[in-house]
Amino acid sequence: MSQTLTLAARNLMRYRRRTLLTALLITLGVLALLLFVAAAGSFKQTMVGSITDSMLGHLQVHRKGYTASMDNLPLTMNLQPRAVGLIEDALKADPAVAAYSKRVKLGAMFSNFEQNSSVRLNGIDAAAEDAAVPALRGRIIDGDKTGPLVSPGKVLVPALLAKGMNVKVGDPVVLVATNTQGSVNGKTFTVGGILEGITGPGGRDGYIDIADARELLRMDKEEVMEVAVRLKDIDLLPATQKRLVAALDGSIRNKEDKPATELHTWAELSPFANIVKMIDMMTVFIRIMLVAIVLVSVMNVMLMAVYERIREIGTLAAIGTQPRKLMAIFLSEGLLLGLVGAVVGVALSYAVVAALNVWPVVFAFGREQITLHPTLAGAEVLGVLVLAVLVSGLASLQPAWRAARMDPIEALRHV
Amino acid sequence: MALIEARNVTKAYRMGDQDVPALKGITFNIGEGAFAAFVGPSGSGKSTLLNLIGCLDHPSRGTLQVAGVDVASLSRSAAATFRGEHLGFVFQDFNLVPVLSAYENIEYPLLMVRGWSEAKRRERVNQMIAAVGMSEQAHKRPDQLSGGQKQRVAVARALVGQPKLVLADEPTANLDHDTAYKVLNLMKAMRDDFGTSFIFSTHDPKIMHEAEQTFTLEDGRIAPPAGAQS
Repeated sequence: MSQTLTLAARNLMRYRRRTLLTALLITLGVLALLLFVAAAGSFKQTMVGSITDSMLGHLQVHRKGYTASMDNLPLTMNLQPRAVGLIEDALKADPAVAAYSKRVKLGAMFSNFEQNSSVRLNGIDAAAEDAAVPALRGRIIDGDKTGPLVSPGKVLVPALLAKGMNVKVGDPVVLVATNTQGSVNGKTFTVGGILEGITGPGGRDGYIDIADARELLRMDKEEVMEVAVRLKDIDLLPATQKRLVAALDGSIRNKEDKPATELHTWAELSPFANIVKMIDMMTVFIRIMLVAIVLVSVMNVMLMAVYERIREIGTLAAIGTQPRKLMAIFLSEGLLLGLVGAVVGVALSYAVVAALNVWPVVFAFGREQITLHPTLAGAEVLGVLVLAVLVSGLASLQPAWRAARMDPIEALRHV
Repeated sequence: MALIEARNVTKAYRMGDQDVPALKGITFNIGEGAFAAFVGPSGSGKSTLLNLIGCLDHPSRGTLQVAGVDVASLSRSAAATFRGEHLGFVFQDFNLVPVLSAYENIEYPLLMVRGWSEAKRRERVNQMIAAVGMSEQAHKRPDQLSGGQKQRVAVARALVGQPKLVLADEPTANLDHDTAYKVLNLMKAMRDDFGTSFIFSTHDPKIMHEAEQTFTLEDGRIAPPAGAQS
């Protein structure tokens, strides 16, 4: 075996330039794939992290039908106190749930006494919200970042609105909302902080205390519109989703005995999930390109190698080399070529990724500044190596088979 | 028992829709320890006959026994095994593997064909490389060797597996006169030392006298010895 590999290595070095060029091609292919995967992975992680940790949470529970009409923030599709209690029971019983936050969502008119605008508001319990979306605090660009997120009488104003309405921390503003009975209610608030906007639905919402929200809406029962749930690990999402859906559908049912709640993951709530799908699709295409590069280049080199060494093949066959051994000689040549190209590609990828972590790449996505911290997952690297080597083997199969099947007399006569 | 027994061996090649006969019924015996030559002009069937004896090709008709084995019926893989164990080959163009040193070329059959152990190989290769007088050049690659030196390495490679028979197709055609004689004398000395039979083909009249047994091929048949009454 080791002799076959030695022979393969020496034969590869016989046409040094050709071998180096081919190996370089494979190296570049592997490098391109791994760098794309690492950078896209980092981008995905940053974006998903920002969406789930500062806004949506990992999962959300609503009354059935709420999500479909979320855009106009209906006040008639609330989770009733009994349902909320059952939801809380289910969440507390689930081992994967780290925290949850009950939200009262409403649309309101925002007035700075000179002009009005509209604003979407979340009424929250500061401590629960902090636990469910811990990065929300990080979006406060002006105001108290260390105290409670909101306290009664305070409002967190989205940055664009604050800029447009020219309000600053400490300014008085009036929020006016219409309740389910159609009557209008207003209340004076103080701007407690300015909140940086992020991509996606809810990225430009304001926040007030949940009791203030209920007061504005003249809501006398402890109803909520949304429960945002944070898991201990985002990887637990699929299993937890199944578990919670079963628990909620079993316990909370409407008059027609149908499930009365709906549960969505962040991916179902944020359009960024489609960007994630697109990135994953692009990764597949780059993978296919790598396969094509390796296949074509290795096959080309191996076909040439067999053609150039016909007499040598004839000699080896004549002196008793078994066809399968001849096949092994050429197969190992192709495999070695692929392996060396891929290993160099992996090494370069690690070097570039390390460099990108020392000198990070920052770019703007929408209004956000994203800093990439690419990492290479061991499984991904191993997968690419195996892929490159397997495809090299596949590409050498036909040329090697040709060498093994060659008639020694014809081969020896070849000029 | 004879090393080679050929009985009415014929070989025809298919060219288009015609059979072109290369050998037209050849019968001969060659004993063990022979130093025999097939001579004749090109196209007389020498190479075809050597290919048949070397199990590289099958006769169309007739029987051919080499070392007691009917080689007409060997499969591709069985023929390779038979060649590896019982036959050695020396080629007109030396046909050494260019990426292997002289030592490694000689070692190749033991390593890749016979699968001998390292220690056993080293002993045998060193013995052979000394026998052909190439110990000094053991680590040179073929492109650093002269034609005569290459053919010495090739002879050592043919003999290293202790075959019963070495087949040499025009082994001296690419060598100058002196070198050709030296290589032939080396082969004869190897025959004397190791008891291996040598069969070679040549159309060089000066060389053919070195053979102890000569078969003249003419137009696919063995011509009667010169001076014999027909």
